Amino acid sequence: MNYIPINEQDKKEMLARIGVKNTEDLLSLQIPEVLRAKKLNITEGISEQELLLLFKNYAKKNKSNLVCFRGAGIYDHFIPSLVDEIIGRSEFSTAYTPYQAEASQGTLQAIFEYQSMICQLTGLDCANASMYDGATAVAEAVLLAVRTSKKNKVIISSAVNPEYISVVETYTKNLNIEIIKIEIDEKTGSVNQNLLQSKMADDIGAVVVQSPNFFGIVEDMQVLSEISKTKNALFVAIVNPVSLGLLKTPCEYGADIAVGEGQVFGNQMYLGGSTFGFLAVKKALEWKIPGRVVGQTIDKNGKRGFVLTLQSREQHIRREKATSNICTNAALNAFAGCVYMACLGSNGIKEIAETNISKARYAFNAIKKIDGFEPLFSNSLFFNEFVFKTTKNVKKIEKQLLKENILGPLNLVKINKKYKDCIMFAVTEKRTKQEIDKLTDILNRV
Amino acid sequence: MNVPNELFYAKTHEWARKEGNKIYVGITDHAQHEITDIVHVELPEIGKKFAKAQPCAVVESVKSAFDIYSPVSGTVIEVNEELLSSPEIINQSPYEKGFFFVLELQNENDLKELMTAETYKNSL
Amino acid sequence: MNKLLNEIKSNRQECRVVECDVPIDVSIDMKYKGQTVPNIPNLSEISLLRHFTNLSRRNYALSTTFYPLGSCTMKYNPIVNEKIAKFEEFASLHPYQSEETIQGSLEVMYELERALCEISGMDYFTLQPAAGAHGEYAGLLIIAQYFKSKKEKRTKIIVPDSAHGTNPASAALAGFEIVSLKSDENGIISPANLKEVLTQDVACMMMTVPNTLGVFEKNIAEISKMIHENGSLLYYDGANLNAVMGIARPADIGFDVMHINLHKTFSTPHGGGGPGSGPVGVKSFLKDFLPMPLIIKENDEFKVSFNNKKQSIGKMKAFFGNFPVLLKACAYVKALGGVGLKEASTQAVLNANYVLSCLKNKVSIPAGNVCMHEFVLSSKGHLGEGIKTLDVAKRLLDYGYYAPTIYFPLIVEEAMMIEPTETESKQVLDEFIDVLSKIIDESKTNPEIVHNAPVNTFVSRLNEVEAARKPKLHW
Repeated sequence: MNYIPINEQDKKEMLARIGVKNTEDLLSLQIPEVLRAKKLNITEGISEQELLLLFKNYAKKNKSNLVCFRGAGIYDHFIPSLVDEIIGRSEFSTAYTPYQAEASQGTLQAIFEYQSMICQLTGLDCANASMYDGATAVAEAVLLAVRTSKKNKVIISSAVNPEYISVVETYTKNLNIEIIKIEIDEKTGSVNQNLLQSKMADDIGAVVVQSPNFFGIVEDMQVLSEISKTKNALFVAIVNPVSLGLLKTPCEYGADIAVGEGQVFGNQMYLGGSTFGFLAVKKALEWKIPGRVVGQTIDKNGKRGFVLTLQSREQHIRREKATSNICTNAALNAFAGCVYMACLGSNGIKEIAETNISKARYAFNAIKKIDGFEPLFSNSLFFNEFVFKTTKNVKKIEKQLLKENILGPLNLVKINKKYKDCIMFAVTEKRTKQEIDKLTDILNRV
Repeated sequence: MNVPNELFYAKTHEWARKEGNKIYVGITDHAQHEITDIVHVELPEIGKKFAKAQPCAVVESVKSAFDIYSPVSGTVIEVNEELLSSPEIINQSPYEKGFFFVLELQNENDLKELMTAETYKNSL
Repeated sequence: MNKLLNEIKSNRQECRVVECDVPIDVSIDMKYKGQTVPNIPNLSEISLLRHFTNLSRRNYALSTTFYPLGSCTMKYNPIVNEKIAKFEEFASLHPYQSEETIQGSLEVMYELERALCEISGMDYFTLQPAAGAHGEYAGLLIIAQYFKSKKEKRTKIIVPDSAHGTNPASAALAGFEIVSLKSDENGIISPANLKEVLTQDVACMMMTVPNTLGVFEKNIAEISKMIHENGSLLYYDGANLNAVMGIARPADIGFDVMHINLHKTFSTPHGGGGPGSGPVGVKSFLKDFLPMPLIIKENDEFKVSFNNKKQSIGKMKAFFGNFPVLLKACAYVKALGGVGLKEASTQAVLNANYVLSCLKNKVSIPAGNVCMHEFVLSSKGHLGEGIKTLDVAKRLLDYGYYAPTIYFPLIVEEAMMIEPTETESKQVLDEFIDVLSKIIDESKTNPEIVHNAPVNTFVSRLNEVEAARKPKLHW
């Protein structure tokens, strides 16, 4: 297959019009012979039927559709059927970036609605059209905070997802920005408030905290935000949007910037991508925000319409002085998030948070009763994820669960050697009582 | 094109007005006309020092961004905050209400190196 | 009347979330509890379906419209690839599943990586970057790390004045100073101009071949020699790779690092602005600097390797990369095969030259009468009084075309960049040529109608000035 709708007769006419004998002439006119490539060593093309079979065979080699109790940044949530129906529409999926606004009102209004709902959820004033994922959103938030505060030191909690910390380090190492990681309180699994206070200084540009954090623990964001403000540092909150139906919003605790991983809203897990990152800021930071932003306006006839705006921040105009180099972002994934939020509404957003925490507590309490399992952070509030320390063989647990098509908890020794024999469970609304009971039953028998 | 006689001009289309030791800085009528509708400005911080011809502010239209260069060396003592909420003032009144900021003049000679209204007008 | 979601009133009865089959337990300390209810409406499914479906019908899209968008390669997005991407066996995988349970997905990524190496001539690819600009950024970080490892202080990146805005933006992010290189009178890079800026502290030059004027940089061999003799590296912006698959390989013609835009050359859909994918390829001497992890094959098994931890630039994003995009690109490569990929590029070049030949008497073509897969025209001096390229672009919307790229590259006045791609028929091209010619004529005989365009779209020209002066960014 090559999807080329031109036959030999067409080619002849076209070549004649151009004034060359064949396509090879066109190429050799422009490219020196010595630079020409040999024949590509790639297997011959195949038909659609063969293609589907080929990929079915790849697919079969995966152990998929497991009952998922693993999280650590990517979660198995239920996706309403309407989401795929809408984002599957070719008018959305094959549309170009909406630079020609008159021809892109569908995409533009969808992004505007997405921005609106992110602002409503976080309580902040301005959201962009998306970042690649949660990790890069955090990194861009750090750059934004440094740009705004003009101070190049940033404190980040060690309980932030290690993937995010890794990306922040990549993004900042060539830029004379110092990232100061602060250790958590090993008893509570959350930021050590006294330690943070002691590290605050006049040259700290921002404090970055995730809540619920990587270990599932809900941080006291109000207090941490206040500590940041004692030295006028910006407070960057990394949040799980599913939790915002229950927990305090970034606005309520005075965050300047809110970011997070949007996969939980309407996007399947797909081995971790593609997903989207959301980024929202207080009004004062509007013109400094990275990425695309859609604004409402009117046309010549007074009709309401939407348009990419504040473009002079972006790379195609500002080049090396742009707020970011981002061009293509994660529009369709963010749009899936938009449809998802619309499907749920404020009622659904509340319900889903309540269902998540209830199911997680149910599972937590059941596992706690099993001999050989002790919660790592016993008195801390968690949302839908929690850590247990076990005396049982972690590898054996994984194996036994996998035999029953269950993807068990994450072995945290992979994150840090000090978490040997620690395993982290995620429980979302998608896990039924039956599945949770089966999990605990197997854990008991291992 | 309006080119007030009492002002000094840089070839990068900024004007300077002397009031004692204070220098008011803005962009010329020609500049605002070329840029077309101004939508945003980035103003310098009070207390910041600039050398002559150093970029010190940014003016933006929908499709472009332009650096503004300090016509003289000095320290910023005042910025026109009104421009942040109403950048269109620059288009409407580039020499009066649309000034960008005020510098404390460092070197009297810097002014002498700028163009007069006549020279600037001829250069356009 | 067109409504926003928050303007629709439909009192939804049903609960969207599954009923909790365990006791509800939501008691938490007040200090954690949220107090605000977001203004997100609770709408019935029928009203949502209509809302979003009607929205979709206000879009021009590749599925309805020809997009002669220079630099974007808006080629056909094969439907079969969408079907493959929906396989649950791919979609339901968690990124932290053990290697043995994701062999199929690892194999797909490995196959794609090998194919990209063959097409480009590079030795290794990372599939992690999420878009072209992200890939550029990764490539430049690799270059920075390379010179750091050699203890050489090189702070500058040379960027041609015809380059895409992401080039200097990515270079700045990577901590470099940008040196602009003037294109010569033919719009290409001349060794003479290069000599003037090629100092000892230059880390690399970023280029694209063909360049943003659609012209093959015929001095590339000499340029590569100069760059490498200076101890610098050469970076290839893969945005224009659609011109050269099977025709010329970037690594063979002198490049050390490159990125590819899968959502351009490899037919993955644009999504209204993403997701994309920007794999980065390197020659073997740069292998250790690639982001982690890499997908490797050991005996007959595919593994996730963090072996280059010491020298790696780290991670560009979480996990592996944009897997569904990688999957579609892999399917595209398998469907076309080596011969098909060369046919695609060859046809892309033929189509662009055909359109150029048919238009050359109506506009100026600054870079000459032959091009690769795209060309840039200037409308200056060819339109009616007071009519600009922007107006022509807007009038094209009235005829049902998505307008070509305008005012880029910056070095051409009143520019319009046209890239037809290989997946358009001669009839589509002829009709476009006719309409564009008609509009150019219209601009002289009936300038008002061009100036006021578009009139046939859902909205007419929008007030972008007010949108920026008084930003209204949410409901």
